[in-house]
Amino acid sequence: MDDRQQIVKQVEDWRAAGKGVALATVVTTWGSSPRPVGSKLAVAEGGAFVGSVSGGCIEGAVVQEALDAIRDGKPRLLDFGVTNEQAWEVGLACGGKVQVYVERVE
Amino acid sequence: MKLDFARAALAAAAAGRSAAIATNLRSGLQTLVEGSDRTGDLALDQACLAAIEAAVRDDRSTTIDTAEGPVFIEVFNPSLRCLVVGAVHIAQPLAQMAALAGYAVTIIDPRSAFASEARFPGVSLSTEWPDDAFAVLRPDRRTAIVTLTHDPKIDDPALTAALRSDAFYIGALGSKKTHAARCRRLAEAGFGERDLARIHGPVGLDIGALSPAEIAVSILAQITATLRADRVKARAAA
Repeated sequence: MDDRQQIVKQVEDWRAAGKGVALATVVTTWGSSPRPVGSKLAVAEGGAFVGSVSGGCIEGAVVQEALDAIRDGKPRLLDFGVTNEQAWEVGLACGGKVQVYVERVE
Repeated sequence: MKLDFARAALAAAAAGRSAAIATNLRSGLQTLVEGSDRTGDLALDQACLAAIEAAVRDDRSTTIDTAEGPVFIEVFNPSLRCLVVGAVHIAQPLAQMAALAGYAVTIIDPRSAFASEARFPGVSLSTEWPDDAFAVLRPDRRTAIVTLTHDPKIDDPALTAALRSDAFYIGALGSKKTHAARCRRLAEAGFGERDLARIHGPVGLDIGALSPAEIAVSILAQITATLRADRVKARAAA
């Protein structure tokens, strides 16, 4: 089973248990990004998560946005990079940039 | 994302077909594309459909710009496969490691004492002769083939079938001497130098591997290096 199959399986299990779930996906990368386009992070109500969208640098911020998306149902397109205003909090140490799309699983 | 779309796309890939999900990153509208079938609320014009076709062909998910905003195309292609001929000791860690790396693994060995469920719990096994097994499994350009028996009776028909396929990687266990003798036999059977150059033999990267697990690491590393050769090349050129 590849990473994506495992993540979708986990999403199904969470949904079957009645939990709200959001999916974050790397949709664009520039420079040296740790995870390729298509990499996924699934987040369940309560904050449990599987998968990754970086080497661990931005997961905290993405999980927060995912929890908000579960609540309000609105998709989000997030930019992360060294030039980001939040660089001190969630910048990518590698100097790359990534765009992450966060959506509630319906 | 609609869970139904993800399920349908993964099912298509598991059945050997390709699918894609297109998502407008501004509106969140989404459409599942499978062959000529389209399901969903995101309208796709000719340019979008052409981009989806190209993404599927290159096996590369990507984001494209459209008048209605960026559209993410996520590709679902059939799994990479690893066919291992020879249910020997090295095949045990190799099957586990290749599965972790995302390969659908099948072990082929006509000696049923070797290819047993007890020795390979949960792994797909075939006790057919390799040429018969390959006729059913039909290795393609997303398949890696490794022969581990170093018994010409079993390895040679496997390599013959492998060389007639589009497999992206072919590796054969055996010393330099064993490999030279093997290449002579295959040459006599009609294969040319370019065919024989496709076989990685002795198999694996030279990392001084000694134990079966270490040898499995060296083999999986070589398969990875072959699969990702264009990334290595792009970096060398930069």
